[in-house]
Amino acid sequence: MGDEQSYRSYIPHTDEEIKTMLDEIGVSSIDELFELATGKKGTAILKLDRGMNEWEILKKFEKLADENMDFHFGAIFMGGGIYNHFIPSALLEIANRGEFLTAYTPYQPEISQGTLQALFEYQTMICELTGMEVSNSSMYDGASALAEAVLMGYRLNQKKKVIISKTVHPEYRDVVKTYSQGLGIRIREINYDEGSGMVNFNELFESMDDETSSVVLQYPNFFGVLEDIERIGKKVKEKGNVILIVVSNPIALSILEPPGSFGADIVVGEGQPLGNTPNFGGPGFGFFATREKFLRKMPGRLIGETVDTSGNTGYVMTFQTREQHIRREKATSNICSNHAHNAVMAAIYLSLLGSDGLRKVAENSVINAHYLLERIENAGYNRKFDSPFFNEFAVECHNLDKLNRELLKNRILGPLDLGKFYPELRGVGLFCATELTRSDDIEALIEVMKGMK
Amino acid sequence: MGRVRTVFEKSVDGRRGSSVPSSGFPKRDLDEMIPKKFIRSTPLNLPKLSEPEVVRHYTNLSRMNYSIDVGFYPLGSCTMKYNPKMNEIISRFEGFTFIHPYQPEESVQGALRIMYELQEKLKKITGMDHFTLQPSAGAHGEFTGMLIIKKYHEDRGDFKRKKVLIPDSAHGTNPASSAMCGFEVVELKSGKDGRVDLAELKSKLNDEVAALMLTNPNTLGLYEKEIEKIADLVHDAGALLYYDGANLNAILGRIKPGDMGFDVVHLNLHKTFSTPHGMGGPGAGPVGVKEKLRDFLPVPIVDFKNGRFYLNYDLPKSIGRVRSFHGNFIVMVKALAYVDFMGEEGLKKVAELSVLNANYMRKKISEFLKIPYNDFCMHEFVASGEELKKYGVKTIDLAKRLMDYGFHPPTIYFPLIVHEAIMIEPTETETKETLDNFIEALKKIVEEAKSDPNLLKNAPTKTPVGRLDEVRAVRKPKLRWRGDDK
Repeated sequence: MGDEQSYRSYIPHTDEEIKTMLDEIGVSSIDELFELATGKKGTAILKLDRGMNEWEILKKFEKLADENMDFHFGAIFMGGGIYNHFIPSALLEIANRGEFLTAYTPYQPEISQGTLQALFEYQTMICELTGMEVSNSSMYDGASALAEAVLMGYRLNQKKKVIISKTVHPEYRDVVKTYSQGLGIRIREINYDEGSGMVNFNELFESMDDETSSVVLQYPNFFGVLEDIERIGKKVKEKGNVILIVVSNPIALSILEPPGSFGADIVVGEGQPLGNTPNFGGPGFGFFATREKFLRKMPGRLIGETVDTSGNTGYVMTFQTREQHIRREKATSNICSNHAHNAVMAAIYLSLLGSDGLRKVAENSVINAHYLLERIENAGYNRKFDSPFFNEFAVECHNLDKLNRELLKNRILGPLDLGKFYPELRGVGLFCATELTRSDDIEALIEVMKGMK
Repeated sequence: MGRVRTVFEKSVDGRRGSSVPSSGFPKRDLDEMIPKKFIRSTPLNLPKLSEPEVVRHYTNLSRMNYSIDVGFYPLGSCTMKYNPKMNEIISRFEGFTFIHPYQPEESVQGALRIMYELQEKLKKITGMDHFTLQPSAGAHGEFTGMLIIKKYHEDRGDFKRKKVLIPDSAHGTNPASSAMCGFEVVELKSGKDGRVDLAELKSKLNDEVAALMLTNPNTLGLYEKEIEKIADLVHDAGALLYYDGANLNAILGRIKPGDMGFDVVHLNLHKTFSTPHGMGGPGAGPVGVKEKLRDFLPVPIVDFKNGRFYLNYDLPKSIGRVRSFHGNFIVMVKALAYVDFMGEEGLKKVAELSVLNANYMRKKISEFLKIPYNDFCMHEFVASGEELKKYGVKTIDLAKRLMDYGFHPPTIYFPLIVHEAIMIEPTETETKETLDNFIEALKKIVEEAKSDPNLLKNAPTKTPVGRLDEVRAVRKPKLRWRGDDK
């Protein structure tokens, strides 16, 4: 099996060239060169297999892909932070150009204008969606973007108590805890109201004190419910010097009043819904937007417009003195590589859809979700929370494990079991619809659900 | 090539570039479903273009980018090697792209197998005992690794280890990541030969030191020949040794960080394992640890039991999650395909030919440019533009002039311990002709610096824009497009 030397496709040296180069260096062999450079003889043994040829690789991975049940055109009712939206063909074709894929961080702006302008446009689009003044050019994911927002809140007011609603994505809260442990930031989690599925207002307001650095909410929240950011925002502003951080879904923001209008200081979220395939959860990207007055405390790379020596418009990475390669241990973050390619995919997606197209995606998701809920309720199931929602809602299912197994047998990806993250919500399913949810998929789902009643 | 107008300036009301699927359910007004107070009243200004206009816009932007597919990109410390096209095809299989992170494990056995196989192979490559694939980039891996170290000491009841030693030649991410973990950074001055100075190390090691962060070879491209001694000193002081894997390409397959005595390593899959850099990401920064640190890894890790792969959350001492879901899965797919394709022999060749290419360039370039630590190097080396200063020319001018000759400049002004640094990393995928052409261009530019320095100071002239005013970008910040100023 295998090709003796598949690797030679990528490593071009002929024996003669190697000899010429060794002669130039003044050594007789590569082993001798290593010995001189490292002071060590010999080489390790890895016990890896010999290389496969390209056809074998394609075959191996084709088979591995087949061992997964994919839902490109399938019936999927699962969300919880990763969403199945339509991806236009033009997006994949352009985004995968080698000029985008095989460039690195635009350290040399004169030969990186493509990257820089695309990211400048991306920043503009994120500002538009979130209602904020400045956006960076991407973070790893929604969760790490939130954790960085919490750390930025600490940098802004030097206070060490962070208030987070339990209606924020549980994995995001976990990541905030991880990021906070080194700096001694304390996390106070606020319960949700069992009737509405919104954050418990009283508990939230009572927990705010002079130590409070930031308040973190999600809108729509993890249960799909629309939190009353306006009401909370007012309270937070009354308190003064508390940073209001809102996690959001960028598609929802095309039809929802943006957090910026409700006094949010930092808006973050997972950008995957914007033109990125689900990818088993990664890579997507994190978006991060804030107010201009906080610009110098932001993490991540920022692209700005300027002019060249002849006065032509051009773009550069700017405010780099915040960053690790200059400021080292005093930097606003350690982030270096980010998720630029995923952010550019989002920019292409938004360019293809435009405001009207994106609104339609959001509207159709809302319509489909509400229709789905109706069908589920008609089948004799009860919704868990009674508040307005975007494209996700919780339903009490008697034996959710069994239901989901049964659904999977029919190639239907059922709802997320909220019991995975909230022990008290065992058996409550979080259903999701997008613009891709089809009527026949819903009927197939309902049939199985009815059979389980 | 002139300026490409922004996508916003090209927008025309009434145009659209995509058809939005609809399920055909009866149309309902939004405010029947969502209370008015939530419905957006703020205008939303996204561009409106037809599909061909969008395609042309981004295609034209892409043409203003230099990339590995275009030419030689010897950006030191970044390992800009060729990115196999095979990996792009594989990574787009729907069985990888259209799977949801919360799908039942039995429906994603292929994905979990890939993660498991990659963990196993990275263990063999690095000599470490356990891996997490969760971190999304090198710096993210550093943060993860340093938190593991912090937790390890605290778990032993040792709370006084607040300091981390970091050489002055280190990547900026090292001190930044340590600081995010709450550590105090103590800088180690490099020795005369550019390597760790053992006396300096000894003088800074004490029972308050949690770890030494090191990259080997270091950022000068020089191998720490006394690494075993360094490891002993660090361990004897009760501290741990952290490996910044940014430079793994130099030793891939030939030397394992685990054998050198490192306790924690992070890798950069987008560098060493060639999963493209994508204009700055996504990458992946897996972290490997020795046995005694396993319990502190982020959850979940991928395990195998009774013929099935599963996500193991049972690490009670875990530092927690460092991101949502399972990490950058698609990047892992590409990295595994790369390892499988190269095989053991191919991976060794990566190190061997990258070191050969670097030394060949070093030797030839040393004939006309100063190389302050001119010793046998590993995969990269650092030259200095200091001697050009007398002609009124700086390293940045030389870098910009290289663009006019069709090359991406090397990393400049890093590492900080070399004045006017020019850090060159050719990688193994470049031909001798390419190296010769670059060397020739560099030689010409050095001559130009002496005979006609304005050629350098006015460079670049053959690029889509000339040198850009970075000071103005800060003084008059414009970080988004606004209609009213056009």
